[in-house]
Amino acid sequence: MISFNTLYLFLENLLSFFPDKLVFIISGLIMSVAICTFLIGLGSIYTWFERRVIAKFQNRPGPNRWGPFGILQPIADAVKLLIKEDIIPRAADKMVFIAAPIIFLCTTLLVYAFIPLGMDSQLGNTNVALLFVLGITSVNALSVFMAGWASRNKYATLGAIRAVAMLISYEVPMAVSLMGIVMVSQSLSLVGIVNAQSSIPFIILQPLGAMTFMIAAIAEMSRAPFDMIESESELIGGYITEYAGMKFAIFQLSEFLAPIFTASLFTVLFLGGSLPPKFLEFLPIPGILWFAAKSFVITAILLWFRSTWPRLRIDQIMGFAWKVLMPAAILNTLLVGLQLVFIRDNYILQIIINMSTFVVFIYLIANILGQKRLKLKEPVPSELANMDA
Amino acid sequence: MYGFGLIKGLGITLKNILFFQRINTTQYPDRKASIIDLAKLENKNFISYAFNNPKKTLKSMLGMIVISDKVDQHPRFRGEEFSWYEERCTGCASCAKYCPLGIIKIVTDQTGKNYAEGQNYDIETFDIDIGRCMFCGLCVEACPYDALHMGSGFEEGQYKRNDLVIDVERLKKAEKKPSHWFRPQLEKKDDYSPFDDEVAWDKAGRHQKPSKDDLKNKWIRR
Repeated sequence: MISFNTLYLFLENLLSFFPDKLVFIISGLIMSVAICTFLIGLGSIYTWFERRVIAKFQNRPGPNRWGPFGILQPIADAVKLLIKEDIIPRAADKMVFIAAPIIFLCTTLLVYAFIPLGMDSQLGNTNVALLFVLGITSVNALSVFMAGWASRNKYATLGAIRAVAMLISYEVPMAVSLMGIVMVSQSLSLVGIVNAQSSIPFIILQPLGAMTFMIAAIAEMSRAPFDMIESESELIGGYITEYAGMKFAIFQLSEFLAPIFTASLFTVLFLGGSLPPKFLEFLPIPGILWFAAKSFVITAILLWFRSTWPRLRIDQIMGFAWKVLMPAAILNTLLVGLQLVFIRDNYILQIIINMSTFVVFIYLIANILGQKRLKLKEPVPSELANMDA
Repeated sequence: MYGFGLIKGLGITLKNILFFQRINTTQYPDRKASIIDLAKLENKNFISYAFNNPKKTLKSMLGMIVISDKVDQHPRFRGEEFSWYEERCTGCASCAKYCPLGIIKIVTDQTGKNYAEGQNYDIETFDIDIGRCMFCGLCVEACPYDALHMGSGFEEGQYKRNDLVIDVERLKKAEKKPSHWFRPQLEKKDDYSPFDDEVAWDKAGRHQKPSKDDLKNKWIRR
């Protein structure tokens, strides 16, 4: 079975004539460059996939001009964006303006360092990988704000301010929703979390946490219905207003990488990563394929949401984070904690309790938020309007 | 229940992708042809067509065959290529007067012409600034001799702003495909389609142009 570890050992044997530390650095560099190149290629193909699938969801033809089914569209886009003139506004803060897209791409790619794609298939394994992932994703907010601030453009700054407000407030429920997983698996390492799901994936055990994480993650990568940051119809694209050419391409690429990353993180945290489902264990399918299949399903679901729902208003977005997701995450943590104390090994009872809580919570929240807040009075006709008199 | 619409919406999009839905998008100016389209062009059953032309079938499946596509438009479409009949125009400049934007400039030359005998003026300048035109069609309505008609085409994009001003030479050269807009006489002709046929100057008016003798008599009687 090919895993990253065997590849790494192979490289180490190949380069054994170098000193030990150099071998470690070189083979690590080769592996990470290979992963980054693969991810960037995947991201550019994903742009075509996303546009095509969303078009099918919305009853449109989608990109179909260049190549069969328009599959060469990413190449055309890349060539066009790379050849374009690279404009830096005169009033812009040059250093920050150039640094912002690089930081954005780096943080997006860095996340992949600790995601276990299969058995023994990750670039690095630390015992605080989950903490690292949560931390590195919040650097996105910084780079977005750098881009918006450095552009010296009102729309860009407005978009950046919205971005920071939204990204920071969604970080909180996202982190709290993962607390239940950490408590059950007793590990912050992603490998440990995957191994803890060998009997039952966490999405069945903690549906409330899974829902919260999913919604918060969609908001974190600022896609529809939470694409308030870019909102083309109001802010001309938000923080990327002033960007053109290669820098714009980098921003777009990292934005299209984000759903892939989110899908893989969701797979690791809630769907059991590269572990096969319990009833399909007999199939001779390598773990990395299971991982790819699960991530693909999650990506498709993300596309489904994106193609269906309209954008929310900024106050609705903020209200949703604090009024719905935060209680849900706290409730999930509380339930899991109680269950760990009292019914630790009784999975069936845990599932029943958590599922029913999930349904009841959604129903209650929907009914509380769905009440008409603004009740208009019956219009009283004035005496002056009496036409019969 | 609040939030039920979200689930309903998800159902609709899911229906779109799972079951075959007709895509109504008209692609312009051309589109990738499927084998069904190619068979339709030759009025054949597409299964037998595919068996007879395997090369074309493969090419169309790879999206390598492109056929031109037309946008459906109404015969009364107010197009950009004005059809102007020099023979009908008397140079009265009604169009210029009625134009709400004042973008028509018309200059006539009367030297060497005996206009008393019913002859037309020489049109020296007839500029229409299409860049500012709003296609209200009032110039066409105003024309007393049916000399100016709205066209039916619209592919008149230019690279320079100045090229958007249509001058006499371009008006003379333009294809005479007047649209049905404010021209009931064209609408009555069942065989005339503004997208295919051209109309000669003597067929475009509401009535025949009077002969020289008629004009002479009219002039003398008045």
